[in-house]
Amino acid sequence: MEKTLRSVFIGEVAELPQKLGKTVIVGNKEIAVFKTENGDIRAIENRCPHKGGVLAEGILSGEYVFCPMHDWKISVKDGNVQAPDVGCVQTYPVEVNGGQVYVLIRE
Amino acid sequence: MIKQKLVLIGNGMAGVRAIEEVLKINPEGFEITIFGTEPYPNYNRIQLSKVLQGGTSVSDITLNDWEWYEDNKIRFYPGETVTSLNTTNQTVSTDKGRIESYDQLIIATGSNPFMLPLPGADKEGVKAFRNIKDCEEMIEYSKRHKKAAVIGGGLLGLEAARGLLNLGMEVDVIHIFDYLMERQLDRTAGKLLQTELEKQGMNFILQKNTAEITGRKHVTGLKFSDGSRIKADLVVMAVGIKPNVALAQEAGIPVNRGILVNDYLETDIPNVFAVGECAEHRGIAYGLVAPLYQQGQVLAKRLCGVRDNGYQGSVLSTQLKVSGVDVFSAGKINEDESTKVYKMYDDWNGTYKKVLIEDGKIAGAVLFGDTKDGNKLFDFIKKGALIEEYLESSQSANSEVNLVASMPDEEIICGCNGVTKGSIVEAIKANGLTTVDQVKGCTNASRSCGGCKSLVSDLLACTLGEHFQADQKEAICGCTTLSRDEVLAEIREKGLTHIREVMNVLEWESDGCSKCKPALNYYLGMINPLKYQDEHEARYVNERMHANIQKDGTYSVVPRMYGGVTTSEDLRKIADVADKYKVGMIKVTGGQRIDLLGVYKEDLPKIWAELDMPSGSAYSKGLRTVKTCVGENFCRFGTQDSIGMGIRLERKFEGLNTPHKVKMAVSACPRNCAESGIKDVGVVGVEGAWEMYVGGNGGTHLREADLLFKFKSGDELVEMIGAFLQYYRESAKYLERTSAWVERLGIDHIRDVLSDELMVKEYNNRIDEALSVVQDPWKEAINNKNLLRDLYQNVKVPVETK
Repeated sequence: MEKTLRSVFIGEVAELPQKLGKTVIVGNKEIAVFKTENGDIRAIENRCPHKGGVLAEGILSGEYVFCPMHDWKISVKDGNVQAPDVGCVQTYPVEVNGGQVYVLIRE
Repeated sequence: MIKQKLVLIGNGMAGVRAIEEVLKINPEGFEITIFGTEPYPNYNRIQLSKVLQGGTSVSDITLNDWEWYEDNKIRFYPGETVTSLNTTNQTVSTDKGRIESYDQLIIATGSNPFMLPLPGADKEGVKAFRNIKDCEEMIEYSKRHKKAAVIGGGLLGLEAARGLLNLGMEVDVIHIFDYLMERQLDRTAGKLLQTELEKQGMNFILQKNTAEITGRKHVTGLKFSDGSRIKADLVVMAVGIKPNVALAQEAGIPVNRGILVNDYLETDIPNVFAVGECAEHRGIAYGLVAPLYQQGQVLAKRLCGVRDNGYQGSVLSTQLKVSGVDVFSAGKINEDESTKVYKMYDDWNGTYKKVLIEDGKIAGAVLFGDTKDGNKLFDFIKKGALIEEYLESSQSANSEVNLVASMPDEEIICGCNGVTKGSIVEAIKANGLTTVDQVKGCTNASRSCGGCKSLVSDLLACTLGEHFQADQKEAICGCTTLSRDEVLAEIREKGLTHIREVMNVLEWESDGCSKCKPALNYYLGMINPLKYQDEHEARYVNERMHANIQKDGTYSVVPRMYGGVTTSEDLRKIADVADKYKVGMIKVTGGQRIDLLGVYKEDLPKIWAELDMPSGSAYSKGLRTVKTCVGENFCRFGTQDSIGMGIRLERKFEGLNTPHKVKMAVSACPRNCAESGIKDVGVVGVEGAWEMYVGGNGGTHLREADLLFKFKSGDELVEMIGAFLQYYRESAKYLERTSAWVERLGIDHIRDVLSDELMVKEYNNRIDEALSVVQDPWKEAINNKNLLRDLYQNVKVPVETK
């Protein structure tokens, strides 16, 4: 099966909450989209590798989100779980075009 | 120089400990060879029960891993048993046909479990509890079988029984005596222990002699001497150990119960030593770890030619490694004509303390329920201190520190891992350690059972002196080196108003974390309640969403019911909402409110709107609920209107932010049906007065509240609660419960502060100010479109059809 990138429009930049996560549901995928303090937009899978915590509801600090369930620290940039815990969350590329936010999803 | 050949038979705790000591004194002096029957590197046998009880793996209890042998150039033959000694030629031979010569030989063959010679003892399913293999077999067994019987109600038997319970088996413990651990405890403590373990699910069959193990090939049960029987699929024998002396005996080394050794661990044969459980010194073969370590030190000195006074025997102390049960005993256990006792027995709290005195000196002690005096008493017993010294030391707070200061450097602090006072002090000094955790990481002390934690902490205190105090002033998190007090002082002094500003001005090392952001948000709001704009992105999910997140990402909703009182109308509304939104479960909470579980994030605002009731804040760091009993209006014992007072308190303090959650209760009589004794603020109505208790906690660290004041009028009571809460808000660290805060400041100090009427007024002014801006967060969310979109709405992208 051929895999292609699909560009999904998720809303205006201005509509995304600052320093918070937003839950985006695409088919059966749940994605957590973050607008960080310096305005970057990041998209990662909305599931902590530990116990499946919903990352969109975590506390965002700089480039990291702290899982609301058990406080794992996860980079919203590369999806890596920070020590002492280990693991990785899938990340999705984000494109901003004329104030509109698109997340690229592999299908 | 030619190295001497040192051979050790037995790769257990005692022998390897002796080798470790040799390597410390003279690392180049010997060519060392070790034979071990078990196919593992040296492990901590006394931690085996933890492996069985779960949560600890075999690698966790390894004391010296394979690399240690390599690094120290030790020739190690695991899984190889020495079968004979030739003390004339000075050689040993093994079951693999190896013959090895020695200059010095250490026999450390340990002991074997004593298996009762019962008919049927050879059946399948009869086990000992002695090594890793036994442990693994029992774990394997528990997967297929349900019923276990442990023969022996001593230390080992009880630890095994606890492990089997953890593995999901039903456990009967059979003991020949009428109370448990009769070697270490007296009857009173043994009975207390029994009650406690029965609560944990153990079943005891006391004063019974096992006559036979029944079953054909495989065990099916036990038959006792009185003819009664029980069923069992697994039988664990834990009735004792016997020194393993066969090898020495065959080689003609004099043996009694153990291999006979003098104060230098020398046997009767030149160049042959024995150490540990296989050895008998002055008539005693020790089965506990501390003496083995002491013997190891003496033996190492002897081998390396260092003079000392030799081994003088050990006073024993015991602790049971079963969670939730604190038992300690040392020295003499039972009274006789020559002893007097100092005894305290608190039936209600289940604590018992007995100190045995002989000629005015402390000769032994038994503690149950509260064992924190154990270390101190043990040291006093060893020193032969006078009872007065102990009684005086109980009065003064500093005695623990003085106690460790007076210990000799060779004294073993951590019995589990054999760490001496000297090596801990050295590590503290050399590496600049300031916390117990650092000492743990550096020296292994208190890494296993944790019984010596307080001693390690005392050692830190006396090594660091006043610098130890500096350690108390810990940074609020890893993002800064500043303490809570320093941060608050800077915020006030510099007039800081935003989290980001605090982090920038005070040079935070990162963008903040899940510890400092909520803390700063709280501190800023506490300092300036009227102007501070709460940052909801710095709040934990429950406080940001005003609902309690559950493990599957859904939420639970607790509508407010003041004082736990509701109406049929509200109940109908709750029931309708529950139906409409198909909530997963409707549950009454511990705080007498109704919890609607399994609500989807997007439904939260709709549910609140339809309920049209305030938020219960049953998940906030603030006043949660005020629990009440029915009181004078209904109850025949009630002396006060507890419901009225509960409602008044809840209405006054709802929505207040506090360093951690605050729970309250009002009971109308000392029967305390609202459980006021374990609340942050607990009120108990008595005839004509209200008693105010503070600092109670029913959580992980159970704490009984302290009586603060007693009031005739309800107004005075409410005013004092306001002052108390505000004092807590202003002086506690974020996430410090009142229980920990009261302990840190001391109840007497708090009472002093709040005895000042002027202060009480000022605290009330400030808390009223903080309360003046409180809004119902549910209403706020429903009326604010941006808040609704930012927090509660998901973006749904429809799936494209191709």
